[in-house]
Amino acid sequence: MEFYCKASMSSSSSMMVTTRAEFDLPEYSVRRRYQDFDWLRNKLEESQPTHLIPPLPEKFVVKGVVDRFSEEFVETRRKALDKFLKRITDHPVLSFNEHFNVFLTAKDLNAYKKQGMALLSKMGESVKYVTGGYKLRSRPLEFAAIGEYLDTFSLKLGTIDRIAQRIIKEQLEYLVELREYGPIYSTWSGLEVELSEPLEGVSACIGNCCTALEELSEDMTDDFLPVLREYILYSESMKNVLKKRDQVQAEYEAKLEAVALKKEDRPKVPTDVEKCQDRVECFNADLKADMERWQNNKRQDFRQLLMGMADKNIQYYEKCLTAWESIIPLLQDKPETK
Amino acid sequence: MFVLVLMEDCLAKKMEITVSEAEKRTGRNAMNMQETYTAYLIETRAVESQNEGQCSPVDSLWRRYSEFELLRNYLLVTFPHIVVPPLPEKRADFVWHKLSADNMDPDFVERRRIGLENFLLRVASHPVLCQDKIFYSFLTQEGGWKEMVNETGFQLKADSRLKALNATFRVKNPDKRFTELKHYSDELQSVISHLLRVRARVADRLYGVYKVHGNYGRVFSEWSAIEKEMGDGLQSAGHHMDVYAASIDDILEEEEHYADQLKEYLFYAEALRAVCRKHELMQYDLEMAAQDLTSKKQQCEELATGTVRTFSLKGMTSKLFGQETPEQREAKIKVLEEQIQEGEEQLKSKNLEGRDFVKSAWADIERFKEQKNHDLKEALISYAVMQISMCKKGIQVWTNAKECFSKM
Repeated sequence: MEFYCKASMSSSSSMMVTTRAEFDLPEYSVRRRYQDFDWLRNKLEESQPTHLIPPLPEKFVVKGVVDRFSEEFVETRRKALDKFLKRITDHPVLSFNEHFNVFLTAKDLNAYKKQGMALLSKMGESVKYVTGGYKLRSRPLEFAAIGEYLDTFSLKLGTIDRIAQRIIKEQLEYLVELREYGPIYSTWSGLEVELSEPLEGVSACIGNCCTALEELSEDMTDDFLPVLREYILYSESMKNVLKKRDQVQAEYEAKLEAVALKKEDRPKVPTDVEKCQDRVECFNADLKADMERWQNNKRQDFRQLLMGMADKNIQYYEKCLTAWESIIPLLQDKPETK
Repeated sequence: MFVLVLMEDCLAKKMEITVSEAEKRTGRNAMNMQETYTAYLIETRAVESQNEGQCSPVDSLWRRYSEFELLRNYLLVTFPHIVVPPLPEKRADFVWHKLSADNMDPDFVERRRIGLENFLLRVASHPVLCQDKIFYSFLTQEGGWKEMVNETGFQLKADSRLKALNATFRVKNPDKRFTELKHYSDELQSVISHLLRVRARVADRLYGVYKVHGNYGRVFSEWSAIEKEMGDGLQSAGHHMDVYAASIDDILEEEEHYADQLKEYLFYAEALRAVCRKHELMQYDLEMAAQDLTSKKQQCEELATGTVRTFSLKGMTSKLFGQETPEQREAKIKVLEEQIQEGEEQLKSKNLEGRDFVKSAWADIERFKEQKNHDLKEALISYAVMQISMCKKGIQVWTNAKECFSKM
């Protein structure tokens, strides 16, 4: 199935989600709001608790004076929601989820939401997976390793986020000074005769560099930071899934222990303990598969993200280089040649 | 600093001049207190004999900044119609935070050494100044130079500070060109100061941007430790971030030279202003002398004809206490006539002086204008070249980083 997510033309509060089942079939579009995506995610978490559900962009924008109706904000959000849907589509299990299908096709989603449990599929009912109060003694090594990895990973991402923000801040402060600096050459140009054009040229050049810098900072804010934050959310999700797995294993172990304590002659394992064991094994398998998928995607995503960051910086310097190279002939110009 | 355009028979063509070293010294000052100062080594060598294939000997002597100041003050007083080259700043000004404002700081001393050498070369390549004997002795005679300068009595010739700084005296007919030029030099000083101040802030901010990138180096390295396939790419990209962060130090050091070039012209603007001021003073002097002459002539006429046209206290008192005798009046007229004759001669010579001054000052001003346009163009070109180099370095580093990222 191929689909893509288009931002709505008329309003900033809803997105147009367009799907196409096969190449030669027509497109199918539905309008969805952020709260619909939120609903979908919750439903997926409920119905597929053994799987890692991709994160949504943050509900409320806390930092700074971000205009929720600005083009940049809407576009950033659109990209994140688009990615969310793509990740689900790429997932061999989640992509077949009933709720997902409804999300993509139902004309009236609210009616469906109200129906509640009625259309739940048989697989992995949330009720059955609500385990509580069991404490796992020790996480198996491989999952402990994943947990540790995720902890360090989110720490490092948090640091990178802070560094990136700091750089943007410093760049903006640099920009403020540059904006005062350039025009002084213009003022000076007004005092001079022969030097008038060269000085004006330098002023214009600095102005161009200011524009380029502004574009760089904007790009980093709009494209780089959101993806970084998304991955921090992603690791948090994964950690939660790990915890759920621990819960399931803890339940199994507790039940197993309870059986062992009964000291029966025929140590036949009761069915509900068997089911628990099944659940643990399924969960472990799902989680490992998801983790591997996640690692691959993560690698690609970060390669793209960081290459993009490098690209933006290269473009910034190239714009400045062009500006300065273009005024060299102006500076070297002899008055006689005019 | 700048490439100087050398006039045909100036000293700079005959003699190689360098300020090659700076040394910290301690000594006792005028109040017999211990002080630390820096001494600069001036080396000179005659150029001609190099044509014969032999290296002429190098003469050298040590001078401190205050001696340079003394030399310059002497030149200012002795050649008031010349835009006298300025000295590098006495104290570090317009510094951005990484630069030391300490006079003893080695970087400051080094930039000052270059500035002093530049000053000497400027004087040596000036068609008028280079011929001065005191200047020549400054370069060649170690002992007794201070006494020699003071013996010229130049300090007495210096216009009284009050007169020179007094902005309120009104000149009735100044040469408009000088008035405009004075206005220009004020504006130039103002705009260059502003430029230097903001440039220092720009440098500060740019430093911050580059240095923060160094943090990427560290975190990429730490992150690479927990990654398998991504690890190498991250690690090597981190190295490039470190290179990027370190590159700003050299970039900004080079930019200081540009700032120094601007500073030279900031101070040159002051020298230009001084010449305009001198014209105003001379013109004022002339007008006062003319006014004085006119009033004396009037007094003479009144005494001779007996009519009082102007009020004078003497006239009033003589009315009240009795008129003068004819003999007294004759004596007065005689004195006045002598004074008038003297005054007319003085006025003539002052007029001549004034016209000579205007002519020679304007000639030097034209020379200065050409030099300024040439030098500042060079400075702007070198600044643009610096920016281009910085951009190219940036592209290089980020291209390298991008390649590392692509291997992740």
